[in-house]
Amino acid sequence: MIRIAFTLVAGVVLGVIVHLVSVLALPRIASQDAYARLEPLTKLNAVTQLPATEPGNAPMPFMDPAFATAVCRYDLSGGSIKLTVPVSQAYTSVSFYTRNEVAYYAINDRSAGRRVIELDLMTPEQKAELPEDEDITAADRLIIVSPTPSGLIVMKALAAEPSLMSQAQAALTAANCRVQTEPPAAPAKR
Amino acid sequence: MRLIVVTLVVLLLATSVGLGLTWATATRGTDLGTITIGAWTARPRTGTADIDPYSRASIARSGELPVGSGDGVMFIASTDDNKRALDGRCDVVVSGVTPAARFWTMTLYDPKGRLVANALQRYGFTSQEIVRGSDGSFEVRIAARSRAGNWLPTGGLDKYVLALRLYDTPVGVATRTQKDAPMPSVTTVGCP
Repeated sequence: MIRIAFTLVAGVVLGVIVHLVSVLALPRIASQDAYARLEPLTKLNAVTQLPATEPGNAPMPFMDPAFATAVCRYDLSGGSIKLTVPVSQAYTSVSFYTRNEVAYYAINDRSAGRRVIELDLMTPEQKAELPEDEDITAADRLIIVSPTPSGLIVMKALAAEPSLMSQAQAALTAANCRVQTEPPAAPAKR
Repeated sequence: MRLIVVTLVVLLLATSVGLGLTWATATRGTDLGTITIGAWTARPRTGTADIDPYSRASIARSGELPVGSGDGVMFIASTDDNKRALDGRCDVVVSGVTPAARFWTMTLYDPKGRLVANALQRYGFTSQEIVRGSDGSFEVRIAARSRAGNWLPTGGLDKYVLALRLYDTPVGVATRTQKDAPMPSVTTVGCP
């Protein structure tokens, strides 16, 4: 009797441990996560337009078909990234995801407050290397720190009506995402 | 001999309990940080760096990208207000008002999050294209065959889910009740 009870208790306790470990490990071992799905479709450190979301061609589940979407898959090991996204007519947003799809930052056109959303994306180390220059901290540049060296930037422009989809897509074709070869401090000096 | 059998039973039990729990939480989700308003549920924390491990596991498994909290929030309904699963062969009415937001979209998906093909190429409505009453409220009719007004086709699926996404909205982690976020009602009005 005691042996059966012990077997059950030991099994359940070990089971809970297995459960916790597997939940924590799942984001790292999942092979069909959003990053893996977008990897063959997108260029590294450049903006790729995704086709309009329709049944059968959506790379990820639960994509909003009312939006034109563009993705910049980034890798910061070669330097920080400069991102510029012109604001479309209705609503534009830029969301940042880590390699494991944690949405660590998102901004929309209104909170950016101008016609072009302009951001610098860098690793914590690259940010620490920025010279402590008055000009840079004072410049109204937005600096985003990525918790992982690689990840996804997703740019979305709303087509408030289906007929406006081509306009929304056109706005995103002007978006730009590139590695800054020179240190980001240089262009701020005018 | 007996020790070996006991050990094997313990390990088998542990594996099935552990992986079973993980599978269940990753597919069905947990109630951690969930807002429920009527038929609608949202997990605003999934759009932040504070996302809980269960939501992370479930996102990694499904392959979706959560809506970032600086962008908006997504509410999902898989049942009507009476907890009856949404059936594409029935007529379902979504009516009322939505919480404050600059834009919102309502989209119909199959339970796996894929759009449902239809001849109209209509997969949802945006707040701008929907036809409203004089008081600003709206009524969307979800049915397999065409209906007057804001008709959303189901393609006759036996199960579907509705996603209501609010963009640029104060609704988020601090939201608790219907008073903070008046969500539209979801009612099944007739089944063949």
